[in-house]
Amino acid sequence: MIETHDVYYTYPNGFEALKGVSLAIETGEFVAIMGENGAGKTTLIKHFNGLMKPTRGSVVVDGRDTKKVTVATLSRDVGLVFQNPDHQLFSETVEDEIAFGLRNFGFDDKTIERRVDWALNLLNISQYRTTSPFILSGGERKRVALSSVLSWDPKIVVLDEPTIGQDYLQKERLRQFIMQLNTQGKTVVIVTHDVEFVADCKPRVVLMSKGRLLADGSSEKILTDDKLLEEASIIPPQVAQLFWQLKFNNAGREIIDVYEAAEILAREIRERMN
Amino acid sequence: MPIIDLKNVTYRYFDVEKPALKDLDLEIDEGDFVIITGPSGCGKTTICRCFNGLIPHFYNGELSGKIVVAGLDVKETQTSVLSQHVGFVFQNPENQLFALSVEKDVAFSLENIGLAREEIVERVEWALEMTGIIELREKAPYELSGGQQQRVAIASVLAMKPEVVVLDEPTSFLDPLSAKRIFEVISSLNKDLGITVVLVEHRLDLASEYANEAVVMDEGKVSFVGTPRDVFNDRDVWALGVGIPKVTRLGHYLKERGIDLGGVALTPSEAADLIRGYMNR
Ligand SMILES: Nc1ncnc2c1ncn2[C@@H]1O[C@H](COP(=O)(O)OP(=O)(O)OP(=O)(O)O)[C@@H](O)[C@H]1O
Ligand SMILES: Nc1ncnc2c1ncn2[C@@H]1O[C@H](COP(=O)(O)OP(=O)(O)O)[C@@H](O)[C@H]1O
Ligand SMILES: [Mg+2]
Ligand SMILES: [Mg+2]
Repeated sequence: MIETHDVYYTYPNGFEALKGVSLAIETGEFVAIMGENGAGKTTLIKHFNGLMKPTRGSVVVDGRDTKKVTVATLSRDVGLVFQNPDHQLFSETVEDEIAFGLRNFGFDDKTIERRVDWALNLLNISQYRTTSPFILSGGERKRVALSSVLSWDPKIVVLDEPTIGQDYLQKERLRQFIMQLNTQGKTVVIVTHDVEFVADCKPRVVLMSKGRLLADGSSEKILTDDKLLEEASIIPPQVAQLFWQLKFNNAGREIIDVYEAAEILAREIRERMN
Repeated sequence: MPIIDLKNVTYRYFDVEKPALKDLDLEIDEGDFVIITGPSGCGKTTICRCFNGLIPHFYNGELSGKIVVAGLDVKETQTSVLSQHVGFVFQNPENQLFALSVEKDVAFSLENIGLAREEIVERVEWALEMTGIIELREKAPYELSGGQQQRVAIASVLAMKPEVVVLDEPTSFLDPLSAKRIFEVISSLNKDLGITVVLVEHRLDLASEYANEAVVMDEGKVSFVGTPRDVFNDRDVWALGVGIPKVTRLGHYLKERGIDLGGVALTPSEAADLIRGYMNR
């Protein structure tokens, strides 16, 4: 479980990026943090593995105050994938990149080998096993960064913009994997601007704006609240927009899923035409 | 005459066996707004590097075929000359920012081409305004969030008002409203100044409506070309894993339920019109 208690964070240049954030994420939850550029999302999640320490307030992960444990210890349990993969990758081959973390956490060679294979397959990068991460495409690099963290199977997975550079098939793979983690009782936190990905995954949504929490609720509720979304610089999912435009009274309220939308629309259209 | 013309282009990166571009042909007309999309790793960035001469001048792989941009043979033209015709927004904004402040970054290329002082000031203001970063002008690039950095990169290129703007996933870090705003700015540059736009994007739900042509790449080739409406309605394109707008998909799901809207929507308002039209039949 992650708890932040009235967290403030001020960067060295004096900019206050977090202004009293109190949030609880239970073990086994799947949460998407959304909000405008500069809202403080990345700053917030860097507090989850102790990479950043609050200027004021506290962050407690599974009962441990992040000010009292090392980042190394926390990272074993809280795997954080950065927004920009270039801030994370440094090894000469993709394989070494994935093995690095595993070695660091003291896994034996056999386990390392097995986990590297598993992680390479997971997000479709096996063909780049011996390639340098630096010559891969942006989307491929992102998948290497994701795979290397997922390889050590942290209890809490925190992904900053995981769908950047990914096509729909890769996103589907990622979504299915996240769902699988979630059914295993893992906690998953993503930061994302990808509204349609959120509409497909339907996690709990935490909206941030200007260093503060703006709203917290189900994806269906938050992603169909146009006023709130606008405040956080988000455009509602296409399906939600369509229902508003059609003004079908109650039909379609809080619908963000395209298959569900098709069902409801087909029914509604038939009824109205009869 | 096409402003970008690639014929039989094959490219192998140094020491890589599999070509990143395979016998690829592509023509882009002056004044077009083209979206290039396709699976991760299919060669989108590689093709962009051909437009501004990074390939072959900075990557020493093996290139064959012909690349002509703005009437210049890319193989024979220095990148410094090409960059006066082609503005390029990199996929990773950090690779593009180097000055000590946002404002200086945006002014840098303008100073380089020797514009008058007032013209520079005016264009910098305009670009900062258009990309919504006026209040960040004094900040250093490393003090910015990912999305803020990306806007600076876009502002620097737009301020140049080049004949061709190539943007490689320029909104990957942007929140949706800001992304839409950037597409609108680019679209108005395209319409008002006739600037040719090449936009590599996965966010087709937001970008499709602005383009007059869509190019889908796969495995180093161009697999589909046409209007966004035709291309994104094609189930073979879906099968490649392209992120088709949800309302476009919805049209197919309704058809499977016996409701044929008789048209293809890319945006929610187009879908609403089609549905209303269907019910009034
Ligand atoms: N190193 C830094 N020094 C000073 N200010 C910073 C620094 N990093 C970020 N900021 C500022 O803190 C605020 C929050 O930044 P943060 O990176 O957390 O935003 P974000 O919500 O992740 O945005 P994005 O969606 O663009 O990634 C922004 O206004 C940003 O300019
Ligand atoms: N500098 C490079 N050296 C070697 N291979 C590269 C380089 N850049 C990209 N590639 C490879 O070329 C292919 C196409 O990459 P790219 O054009 O970046 O794809 P995308 O469509 O995702 O932009 C990928 O297989 C990628 O791994
Ligand atoms: Mg961020
Ligand atoms: Mg790319």
